[in-house]
Amino acid sequence: MIVVPCPNCGPRNSSDLRNAGEVVARPDPATTSLTEWRSYLYLRENPAGWVTETWYCRSGCRRYFTIERNTSTNEIRESESS
Amino acid sequence: MSSQRLPTRAGELIDRSTSLSFTWNGRSFSGHEGDTIASALAAAGVEVFSRGMKYHRRRGILTADHWDPNLSVQVGDEPNVRAGSRRLVDGMQVSAQNAWPSLRWDLGTANQLVGRFLSAGFYYKTFMRPQFLWHNLYQRILRKFAPGGRVHWKTGTHGDYDKRYAHPDVLVAGGGPAGMAAALSAAEAGASVMLVEQEPELGGHLRWGGPDDLTVLADLREALYSTPGIEVLCDSIVTGRYDHNWVAVMQRSHPVVPERLIKARVGSLVVAPGLVERPYVFAGNDIPGVMLAGAVRRLINLWAVKPGSRAVVLSANAEGDAAVADLESAGVAVIAVLDARAGEDIVQVRGRGRVASVQTGDGRTLKADLLVTATGWSAPTSLLNMAGDRPVYDKVAARYFPQSLPDNVLATGGIEGDGSTAELAAHGRETGALAAQRALRLRHERRTQTARSVRPESTPPASVPDNRIPLRRSPHPECYRSTTHGLVDYSEDISSKDLIQAAGEGFDSIELMKRYTTVTMGPGQGKLETVNAAAVLAEVRALDLADIGTTVWRPPFSPVSLGALAGRIFEPVRRSALQDWHEANGATNLLAGQWVRPDHYGDPMAEATNVRENVGLIDVTPLGKLDLRGPDVANLLNLVYVNRWQKLEVGRVRYGAMVTEDGVVSDDGVTGRLADDHYLMTTTSSGAGAVWEMLEDWLQTYRPDWEVHVTPVTGGLTSINVAGPRSRDLLERLVEDVDLSADAFPYFSVRTGTVSGVQDCIIWRIGFTGELSYEIHVPSGYSLHVWESLVSSGSDLGVAPFGIEAQRILRLEKGHYIVGQDTDGLSKAPTAGLGGLVKLDKADTIGLPELRAAFERTDLPVLVGLQPDDPTIVPEEACQIVAAGSNEILGRVTSSRMSPTLERSICLAQVDPSLASAGTSVTVKLVDGRRITATVQEHHAHVDPEGARQRV
Repeated sequence: MIVVPCPNCGPRNSSDLRNAGEVVARPDPATTSLTEWRSYLYLRENPAGWVTETWYCRSGCRRYFTIERNTSTNEIRESESS
Repeated sequence: MSSQRLPTRAGELIDRSTSLSFTWNGRSFSGHEGDTIASALAAAGVEVFSRGMKYHRRRGILTADHWDPNLSVQVGDEPNVRAGSRRLVDGMQVSAQNAWPSLRWDLGTANQLVGRFLSAGFYYKTFMRPQFLWHNLYQRILRKFAPGGRVHWKTGTHGDYDKRYAHPDVLVAGGGPAGMAAALSAAEAGASVMLVEQEPELGGHLRWGGPDDLTVLADLREALYSTPGIEVLCDSIVTGRYDHNWVAVMQRSHPVVPERLIKARVGSLVVAPGLVERPYVFAGNDIPGVMLAGAVRRLINLWAVKPGSRAVVLSANAEGDAAVADLESAGVAVIAVLDARAGEDIVQVRGRGRVASVQTGDGRTLKADLLVTATGWSAPTSLLNMAGDRPVYDKVAARYFPQSLPDNVLATGGIEGDGSTAELAAHGRETGALAAQRALRLRHERRTQTARSVRPESTPPASVPDNRIPLRRSPHPECYRSTTHGLVDYSEDISSKDLIQAAGEGFDSIELMKRYTTVTMGPGQGKLETVNAAAVLAEVRALDLADIGTTVWRPPFSPVSLGALAGRIFEPVRRSALQDWHEANGATNLLAGQWVRPDHYGDPMAEATNVRENVGLIDVTPLGKLDLRGPDVANLLNLVYVNRWQKLEVGRVRYGAMVTEDGVVSDDGVTGRLADDHYLMTTTSSGAGAVWEMLEDWLQTYRPDWEVHVTPVTGGLTSINVAGPRSRDLLERLVEDVDLSADAFPYFSVRTGTVSGVQDCIIWRIGFTGELSYEIHVPSGYSLHVWESLVSSGSDLGVAPFGIEAQRILRLEKGHYIVGQDTDGLSKAPTAGLGGLVKLDKADTIGLPELRAAFERTDLPVLVGLQPDDPTIVPEEACQIVAAGSNEILGRVTSSRMSPTLERSICLAQVDPSLASAGTSVTVKLVDGRRITATVQEHHAHVDPEGARQRV
């Protein structure tokens, strides 16, 4: 149970939030190929290191936000796109 | 057995004015308030407390504290109670473990004769062949000899366990002199402090010390209890440290609950567990009467128990010397003191059931009933390990020391080094101040991270360097094993010989040796054993102990009861505003997700028939309801539903199905347009929360430019479905300002109006049952009035409530599928019968590429209506559809009921596409193995497939 800083609610136990996973760019459904779409669906970088991920403040303000988290150390820093 | 209780001692914990009675293996005993189970028994002259796990040799007191491996007992129906620390309670029924049929006559002692079969790796070598004997013989017999206490299958719960969240700035693990001093100075620096001590009272080793120690202890205790901001938890254990300093504390001796798990989010963790005294390895080191110096000091000074009458002491340190003084003051004859610092040693202890003689290193044999060893300490570095540290061995001090710690974890006390009480306390004070300072900085930083909080005016506390004066490391001889072999692990009955054998077989790394022999894997988890095990391995491999490494200590620090981990479950139960009415009117409830709702009111078949013939009412409040407002709602609907939404007019509702990005059906429902910028969306009952979160996700992360507000109104609106051919007649009596005629209010329309005097009710004309029906969404505060009005004004129309079961029958007759029951994780929208609904020519919709691809698939299961050829047989839901001549699975029945309307069994089924065309005969394999035939229908609907009944 790590501490995740919600931009609205401040630092909260991760059990108050939901990890919505790595941020992945969504291909344009109108022009994408099935291969590209399925890599968007199923393939993740899953690095041992820094990853940009989305969290959802499900027990608080209901905001979706992004942070950068080091999966090796659980160190967390602000994401540029949050 | 005679009383071993001594005259009053200065620091004794017992209250001699009290008398607590208890039983031990059925015999009556008594002790005092403050006694542990073990001290009360020892005071009464009991010497044998348990039997060894494998060889079933008699075991007595070794350490006389929480870690004593020989003092696990059964108390009532609670197994594995640690009699060395558990305080005596009046009426306790205590019995020995690991003994069968009795502690005195234990058949397992025969295992000593076959010891070679039980040596290292016996788990892996014995009982393997022949395989068939495993169940029939080995398992049954081994069970008899299984270590540990017994849990009877009828044992109930021990009451409610509890959980608590805490956020102390500083948590101090360990209430000895350093820990107490750290807590004090941290609180003085302005930090909120939680001080956790595993024993029932503070003090650590000061408790069994001399008069000076007792004075220091009294002063520290008084200061602690008079300083605000310190919460002291005794008889509690810090069981683990996890990322971001979440620290698990198991609080026992709680006044209300048996145990409470405290989830503490800690600014700084101060680790001050002191040191654990190590046993010495030699022949006979498990014979009752072999004790550690700390054990005799505790027995004498805390509980006034005389541990023996003729003692030999092997001392390598001041604790051993102090034990000699304590023994003499207790009237124990100290026959010989062997100084390990001067190279003196003991070789073997002999005795049956009690030490009788001690053989010394210089060849003497001394008659004695007590052998005391003081051969050094192990650092219980578990919490430091959990913080990422790998402690290193210091050959001079003969123990491990922390190496590098994260900023939010600090160590103090014996785990850091040696010193007088004053020096330890001084180091504790400095550590507490540093811990507080770092925690206050973190507190300040976290406050500024909260957007809406009032920003603290103050500047953050300055960062200060760690300028603590380190504690010294006193030289200590490396005393691990004598020239003989003895037990290394008392809990698991592992001797040094077993370890040497394991190393010889190739298991010569500490981690492999641990797993092969199970050394350090007993209840103590290596507190006493790890270093001795590593030392034996170092000896075999002729390496320095520093080069052997240790096993990594993982949580929990001490065993934790499962009840405390489970705690109380906070699962709210949701009730509609009408639930009281349902219960007062004969409803049988069912739990559907979080909701309690009526399954039926006595006769679901009659309820269903009444809907087909007259009019029924069902409370469908759990239906998810989302109020959508804004100019871009239509764009949102177009994105999240597979069908098209741009042209939905005000006053109309439409059915929509949702898929996830992989094209799999995820939810469905109807959405109506109430005004230009105002829609009401309904979802499945179970999907209400998920759909809301999904809409927020798309709006916040994908299309933040869209102006849409989503408000969940599931509980705020009570939903009542009025269904049946006479539903319009009923509503006309109560609805004031809406024209209900078929022309003015057609199928799939929505109106807002007044029902039975209640304004702003949303009425839409839809139906899950296949009948003419209206769904009324009433502000919940008024819903009981509306419901009761419907019931009372419709009595001549035959109005009656119906429950979930009747609704399930009706919807199956009508062929409406339920997402998640009739669909699954492979049901792409086109194959669930939604092919006509899906619009592929939209610019964007969730899962669009997968939907496109799904239309090209011809191999996916298809949802079909199905009727057994024998109309009286209702195949169980989920039973398989198989090939005619084999058990090849070709589908499954997803829903099945007896239809009161058709008076025959009806089903929905997922079948292989080769079986999907109407008229195909399929074979259904029932749960009892019978095979029946059934015929695929043209429509999902078994009743009124044209929909004539609902369009009147």
